[in-house]
Amino acid sequence: MSARGLTWLLVFVAALLVPALGSRFYTFLANDVIIWALLATSLNLLVGYTGLVSFGHAAYFGVGAYVTGILMKKLAVPFVLAWPAAGLFGAAFALAFGFFCVRLTRIYFAMLTLAFAQIVWAICFKWNELTGGEQGMPEIPYPDFGWLERVGAAVPLLSWRTAEYFYFLTVALVAASLWALHRIVTSPFGRMLTTIRENAERAEFIGVNVRRYELAAFVLAGAFAGLAGGLFGIFNRGVFPDFAYWTKSSEVLIMTLLGGMGTFLGPSIGALVLILLNQQIVSYTEYWPLVLGTVLVVLLFGFPGGIAGAVGVLAGRLFRWARSA
Amino acid sequence: MPDASFVFAQSLSGLTAAMFLFLIASGLSLIFGVLRVLNFAHGAFYMLGAYLAYQSMLWLGPGPGLFWIAALGAALGVALLGGVVERVLFRYLYGKEELYQLLFTYALGLILSDVAKIFWGTQQKSVSRPPELAGSFSLFGATIPQYNLFIIVLGPSIALAFWFVLQRTRAGRFIRAAALDRETLGALGVNVDALYTWVFMLASFLGGLGGALISPMRATTPGMDTEVIVEAFVVVVIGGLGSLWGTFLGAVVYGQVLSFGILFFPRFSIFAVFALMAAVLIVRPWGFLGRPLR
Repeated sequence: MSARGLTWLLVFVAALLVPALGSRFYTFLANDVIIWALLATSLNLLVGYTGLVSFGHAAYFGVGAYVTGILMKKLAVPFVLAWPAAGLFGAAFALAFGFFCVRLTRIYFAMLTLAFAQIVWAICFKWNELTGGEQGMPEIPYPDFGWLERVGAAVPLLSWRTAEYFYFLTVALVAASLWALHRIVTSPFGRMLTTIRENAERAEFIGVNVRRYELAAFVLAGAFAGLAGGLFGIFNRGVFPDFAYWTKSSEVLIMTLLGGMGTFLGPSIGALVLILLNQQIVSYTEYWPLVLGTVLVVLLFGFPGGIAGAVGVLAGRLFRWARSA
Repeated sequence: MPDASFVFAQSLSGLTAAMFLFLIASGLSLIFGVLRVLNFAHGAFYMLGAYLAYQSMLWLGPGPGLFWIAALGAALGVALLGGVVERVLFRYLYGKEELYQLLFTYALGLILSDVAKIFWGTQQKSVSRPPELAGSFSLFGATIPQYNLFIIVLGPSIALAFWFVLQRTRAGRFIRAAALDRETLGALGVNVDALYTWVFMLASFLGGLGGALISPMRATTPGMDTEVIVEAFVVVVIGGLGSLWGTFLGAVVYGQVLSFGILFFPRFSIFAVFALMAAVLIVRPWGFLGRPLR
């Protein structure tokens, strides 16, 4: 097994062991981090790998959350079907919106993604019959862990609460999704996305249909954002319109940038750091946005590569220093 | 079909909202047109304008004519703050990637709005209408507050003044030149750095003025910045980024779509506004009166 594979396995096992610490709060935090990590990584497929700055990624997150929520709460559809449906709907919306978005460039692209996200938000906000409107949709049920709970109850060390079973499920599903995303970015298709980011014109010259590649990336990013949303609605015990509001989109962008867009794991690190930081700061002061804004300004000026980029630079320097000494 | 006077009143209320949006969006459009930065922090300048007007009214107390001093003072205060922000932070953004500009100005907005929260807390603040314009009168069977009419007259006046400055004065020529080609203008001996600061201050002034003037009509609360900035984006996108009359037109269209949307399809009015924005971006990304980006 490669060193990279080993690292992944260690992180996976460590994540699975969190509930064993015995603190419900840690499990809750870890669950939050893991879902946001998936969302930020899906956005990174667009921003980091393809070079498309989407300012409306929350739309697909919100769509996924509502789809899973509505299916499970109103139609009593089992999770096995309701969760993939979130990915499907995320992809479908991304296909419909992305079709128009990829025809625009730069600031106009960002503005159109924002407009579509606000449309989704407006629909969620007003369509009371379907989405619960402004009040949102509380009390999304957990997936049915009946047989697991019966087995767990019989074995002394394996009896967990429903929230913890859901946590294990989240870890497994997000790990699988991240694995799939990693396969995508390292595939020839993913390499082509990077080529487009570096120089779309040249990619066009060598016969690549740039728009189609960009649309494919847009749809994939939307699908995984939808999957993250499906998990988040259940985790949050409710789905609300602000899941799709534009400030959510900027939060994910901040995570991605904070962790570092240049690397695959960067956005996950960003999600981890931002959520832990938030947790620490809000226990001291109510002025979390002020702290976040300041962190962001420092980051943008000082470390454009994000945390992962800064660590990489530091490690490179240490390495050179060690060799020269 | 509602009767004509009601439609008329609705249309005027849409026009009032539009003129406020024009004040804010024109600053946004100016910064984008000249400095080439889409400024998410502009909403915070608008909010600070409202809070400063409230604060000045506390200091000045009630009295005839004092509201206008407070409003103008608030707008000048915001302009000054804008100048400092441009000098210290903003100028490092020019020519950077969009992502950095968007997130940086977003961060700036977060900081500014939290600073406002430190000073004024989370309670709603309200300013009473200036006594000179506290009354209302009837027109075609509709009751219209005098203050609204003042705003409706003020909007086009500012647009005209703005147009005059841009087209007919030396400073305006420099601003237009800077929007076209910064380097050449600098090579011709114009101090472009200072010009940028002035442009930013002017834009902040307009945003602050919008906030100060809206304070007698709507309560000043935290969160008004994030709400308004999206509305202003819609306006500048519809009208055309960087175009003055486009922004004016965009604001009028926005106001009418919203107020008649609320009248006829209350559930779809917000939806209609963003759908319009998306449609314009798809069909004509540079807006009604804008020009395609180079």
